[in-house]
Amino acid sequence: MKDLIQNILNGNRRALARMLTMVENEREGYQQALAALFPHTGHAWVIGITGAPGTGKSSLVNALAQKYRQQDKTVGILAVDPTSPFTGGAILGDRIRMRDLYSDPGVFIRSMATRGSLGGLSRATRDAIRVMDAGGFDVILVETVGAGQSEVDIVRTAQTTIVVEAPGLGDDIQAIKAGILEIADILVVNKADRVGAKNTVQALKMMLEIGHPAARTQPVLHHGELMQIENHTSINPTPLWIPPIIQTITMDFTGIDALIQAIENHRAYIEQNHLSAEIERERIRIELYERLQNVLMTRLMNGLTQQQIEAVVERVRTRELEPSQAVMMLIDMHNTEGML
Amino acid sequence: MSKEIMSEKIRILIAKPGLDGHDRGAKVIARALRDAGFEVIYTGLRQTAEMIAASALQEDVDVVGLSILSGAHMALVPHIREVMNQNDLQDVPIILGGIIPEEDKPALSEYGVKGVFGPGTSMQEIIDTITKIVNR
Ligand SMILES: Nc1nc2c(ncn2[C@@H]2O[C@H](COP(=O)(O)OP(=O)(O)OP(=O)(O)O)[C@@H](O)[C@H]2O)c(=O)[nH]1
Ligand SMILES: [Mg+2]
Repeated sequence: MKDLIQNILNGNRRALARMLTMVENEREGYQQALAALFPHTGHAWVIGITGAPGTGKSSLVNALAQKYRQQDKTVGILAVDPTSPFTGGAILGDRIRMRDLYSDPGVFIRSMATRGSLGGLSRATRDAIRVMDAGGFDVILVETVGAGQSEVDIVRTAQTTIVVEAPGLGDDIQAIKAGILEIADILVVNKADRVGAKNTVQALKMMLEIGHPAARTQPVLHHGELMQIENHTSINPTPLWIPPIIQTITMDFTGIDALIQAIENHRAYIEQNHLSAEIERERIRIELYERLQNVLMTRLMNGLTQQQIEAVVERVRTRELEPSQAVMMLIDMHNTEGML
Repeated sequence: MSKEIMSEKIRILIAKPGLDGHDRGAKVIARALRDAGFEVIYTGLRQTAEMIAASALQEDVDVVGLSILSGAHMALVPHIREVMNQNDLQDVPIILGGIIPEEDKPALSEYGVKGVFGPGTSMQEIIDTITKIVNR
């Protein structure tokens, strides 16, 4: 394992690929390996790219990565696609749009299936980002599933979140999903070569005006619950970040420089206002909370037999126990084993 | 490479090297493999040996599946194998779909081709073969 870690830190691509598999499959020893890599993370700027299917996320990644390469920055890419809930299989097809990046040793592309996660990323994506970060990439681009809803994971994972819209997806304002203003640091209207792009830009501008500034909120953890609070209402007001709207055409790189500049501006905004530490603290709180939830749940379930559970199921079915009583009872059964 | 845990997903690259035609057949295979529970990395048409090797390495696939309908397999496969080996992928097997004459098969197995599937092959046979190769 020492070799594996050293090889990853030295930029060995096969080792990196192996480690990503290890993390995805939660193989024996993966946690120790992650722990060994963790001190070497924190260098990369992580950019999330989300938006409805077919808006051009992969094409944008392809264009952005090429521009970053021209600046001599190395680029790691994680592209997440959905796992079929029926078969557990997946077709991971984002590479098709990233053909220009294959021969470049400064780019590493990895496709991931959601494997049952619903928030637009897979359970292992956060760890995969850390592995790539330790691998020394300057920029990490994360393409989400693009279910167009509940893309909350990416906001809590990326430092800059780009929401991609495209014209022709429907009826302007109605087609634009509620909630994107809350998650977007940058709004991209891709396929600006198409008629209707102006309308999409217009619709987004209107939404921003209605929504700005008080409606810009941030999720925070409060008594273990995620809640929305208003941004920076306190005595020391930080200037608000208003998401810029950038039009792009991926085929000829129109707008890609402007997009990179917008990402730089966003990064500068975070750094100049000393927001990094607080943002990171907040994410760590959320991550620990989620992980704690997972571990406790697993422990609880491991401490109960199938028969015990079935017995309680039956008592609920026969109206002897109300479900919340049943839950307390399961926890009590567990507690007597002294595991919680 | 054999799997350490049976329940791990099998990851397979499906690529179409060479300059010929369409990828309808490859897409059908990709969907069938997804339905069999595999994770299929689909890269599409006109893949060079370098592209195939780069994808196989970065995606850490268990198998590389090539669809070659042009009859150029004896030209394409040795070169792909060579580039894969240069990328430290000696241990990654290849499977082949296409019209492959019986007499070419021994030579192909020299290049790590572990399965050859002609037009009539049942999907089940393909799935079983891949599963066996991976869990070997
Ligand atoms: N006209 C036009 N088409 C584009 C542009 N960018 C991408 N496309 C096309 O839009 C389609 C979808 O592009 P992708 O990059 O695969 O979109 P995606 O959002 O990654 O799609 P999923 O991953 O399936 O959700 C492809 O046919 C692209 O060629 C653009 O700027 N203009
Ligand atoms: Mg895509």
